[in-house]
Amino acid sequence: MRRRRFWPWFWLALGAIYFFVPLLATGEFSLRAQRDTLSLLAYQRVLQDNQFISSFLFSLRMAVLTILFGLLLIVPTAYWVHLRLPRWRPLVELLTLLPFVIPVIVLVFGLIRTYSSPPFRMTTTPVTTDILLVGGYMVISLPYLYRSVDVGLRAMDVRSLTEAAQSLGANWVTILFRVIMPNLRTAVLTGALLTLAIVIGELTLAQYLARPAFGPYMALLGQNRAYEPAALAIMSFGMTWAAMGMVYFLTRGQQAQIGGGH
Amino acid sequence: MAYLELHNISKTFGGAGAVVDFDLAVERGEFVSFLGPSGCGKTTTLRMIAGFELPTAGKVTLDGQDLTTKAPNQRNVGMVFQSYALFPNMTVGKNVGFGLKVRGRPKDEIEGRVKEMLELIKMSHLEKRYPYQLSGGQQQRVALARALAIQPHVLLLDEPLSALDAKIRLELRAEIRRIQRELQITTVYVTHDQEEALSISDRVVVMNAGRIEQVGQPFEIYNFPRTEFVAGFVGTLNQLRVKVVDAASGRVAFGEQSFLTGGPLEAGNGAPVLAMLRPEELHFGVAPSENQLTGKVESVNFLGSVVRIQLSVGPAKITLDALNERRLNLPRVGDIQTFSFPPHAVWVMPAA
Amino acid sequence: MIGAFQSAQGEFTLQHIADLSQRFILEAYRNSIQVSLITAVVGGLFGFLLAYAVTIGGLPVLVRAMVITFAGVASNFAGVPLAFAFISTLGRTGVLTALLKSGGVNLYSQGFSLYTFAGLSLTYLYFQFPLMILIMAPALDGLKREWREASENLGATGLQYWRHVAMPILLPSMLGTMVLLFGNAFGAYATAYALTGGTLDLVTILIGAQIRGNVLYDPGLGFALAIGMIVIMSFSIGLYSWLQRRSERWLR
Repeated sequence: MRRRRFWPWFWLALGAIYFFVPLLATGEFSLRAQRDTLSLLAYQRVLQDNQFISSFLFSLRMAVLTILFGLLLIVPTAYWVHLRLPRWRPLVELLTLLPFVIPVIVLVFGLIRTYSSPPFRMTTTPVTTDILLVGGYMVISLPYLYRSVDVGLRAMDVRSLTEAAQSLGANWVTILFRVIMPNLRTAVLTGALLTLAIVIGELTLAQYLARPAFGPYMALLGQNRAYEPAALAIMSFGMTWAAMGMVYFLTRGQQAQIGGGH
Repeated sequence: MAYLELHNISKTFGGAGAVVDFDLAVERGEFVSFLGPSGCGKTTTLRMIAGFELPTAGKVTLDGQDLTTKAPNQRNVGMVFQSYALFPNMTVGKNVGFGLKVRGRPKDEIEGRVKEMLELIKMSHLEKRYPYQLSGGQQQRVALARALAIQPHVLLLDEPLSALDAKIRLELRAEIRRIQRELQITTVYVTHDQEEALSISDRVVVMNAGRIEQVGQPFEIYNFPRTEFVAGFVGTLNQLRVKVVDAASGRVAFGEQSFLTGGPLEAGNGAPVLAMLRPEELHFGVAPSENQLTGKVESVNFLGSVVRIQLSVGPAKITLDALNERRLNLPRVGDIQTFSFPPHAVWVMPAA
Repeated sequence: MIGAFQSAQGEFTLQHIADLSQRFILEAYRNSIQVSLITAVVGGLFGFLLAYAVTIGGLPVLVRAMVITFAGVASNFAGVPLAFAFISTLGRTGVLTALLKSGGVNLYSQGFSLYTFAGLSLTYLYFQFPLMILIMAPALDGLKREWREASENLGATGLQYWRHVAMPILLPSMLGTMVLLFGNAFGAYATAYALTGGTLDLVTILIGAQIRGNVLYDPGLGFALAIGMIVIMSFSIGLYSWLQRRSERWLR
């Protein structure tokens, strides 16, 4: 069928302009730290900043903890729902959508009000606040983790695998760790990557709980410096791209991973 | 001049020829089927009539007018798709009336025609339903009504019954034929089911690998196939490798036995040929002036109205179809049986 | 943990609900709703056009893959880095601003500022467009080719096809996604904060201010604001799933 190819290319061009101009501009800006020449000075400064390294590592640690505990919570739950309680599935899915309904800022508000006064004095020490932080992160990343695991479970015949394992004498723990988890590798990885991207870039939660995470670091830099934030933005974009690229590669492009505003 | 003519139509995709040199003349009011295995080009040819594909060569004429370059929405041919393709956001009534609506016909005309069409397919009470509320068979009937509502010059059907249950398929098959006869509309029907094609068509076009193998009436196609492909594709067939014993009388040798074919043969004595024989022409017992062969019963399959028996005669296997009778004594596996068939039931083709 | 935010519905009296009707709080709601609405509609329309371009529009498969990947990245790019990027581009000393100035167009003297609601909307669109694309591309794929062929076969033009068949089928998904976009923008915080340091009058920023104890430190008010947000968001999600269910029913 003959089709005029003008309009699709036109919209694409417009879109490309909108999306690439800021990126290019930011990149250009980040290279101007040194007067009158293009240099990577801003990047150097950032990478050499101790706070950069420490806050990045801190967020990384938090991300790993979030992923671990998140998976520990979600995988068995999702597995159980798939296997035994299919009628609960819509309910569980609705629950996992809840974090979308509650914007992060409201979540922060609720967390602080609840846990900073008796009987939970959790905001007083770093360790307990960190626990709070991880908890908050888990709630935020819940939809993405659950969705990845859910898709992974759907792709494998959960019932048959379980029954086969049971008939061979395995108990629940074995089944979970030796049969189900290995087959969920891709799903787990994509969920983990998404969570990683989310946690590292997260500002709201970390800022209000006053923890030295990467998000607040970036915000602070933005208030004080001119060129470094641009460099950070480019680096952050690059990292996100790398993470999503891996996700895309892992899933062969079958799932579009949808983020959202923060 | 015939009503719908396809003049030497060809279509290539990339380097491959999907349809090659397709030439056909369809009379007004005729029901023609394109029959062939998957990938033989029958759907592609149909789509070229509808205008969804452009022929690489050749032209399509309707009542003398050249259609080849006309856009699909200007050809006034009605098409029924395998997947029904009913518009999900419209009721049955709106679906059927769509063609008239886009032509700007007045509202009462549309309403009248829709009622008429729904009566034709016997679904008047379902006018307000949505497609997702209908069964497959019902959806297909609506698709048919929708295509007919615009009073097209030609009706095209692309394997419309493939997605339906066997019983519905039979009902709908008869329904389509009845409606076609009533409206006297020229119809082209694509299918891979040879029983379907044989039962409803005025003529059958057997296709293979993009080419026409044979065109003819169903009886002709079945009993007088002109190529090995047609013989094998349509119906069950016994193909026996035999040697010509006496070309003049038409006697051929089959292992240690021999039999007469219908008449003199072209091949010379001693030449290997294929003798073709339909299973239903064979029957147990001995009959005068008929050929006889003896073999061992290998399997007996009771198919309902037909009993299909396989015998081994020498090195070959022969299938025999007997009509069911209540007093039938089914032979047992291992029995040695003699069966006969008239010479004219055999036809000979050169061995490949 | 999960119950944490639910207990936010703790103590509040009707007084705080009444407080909600205070002038500047209503302003905040109005602003938030305005920004969300605009980015939802513009994001929805343009995102739809882009999704159309890469699906039915017939652009090469490679282009489609690139667009989808990029959309996935861009939709996750929100927050602080996004704000930085736009400041670098259209801020007072931004690259584009400077470029235009040297070309004779002074944006900021014309009244434009990145640090207003207009600027914020422009920034929000960066993750709204991709969200729309990611959700609508599969929906557009769902438009069966046979529907288009059948409508052509019956004599309809391309325009008639869109008007009578394709648009009605797509409308629930489109509207639903736009509702999603609305909720997305409404709940956004980090981007707005990073852009203006908390000076913009948005509901999310207000809640943040309550936590930090600025100006009107009034926990009850915070609760009420939060409840207000939850109500609006729940309503959006409800609307979204209702629209989703309707479109699924047809596209079976």
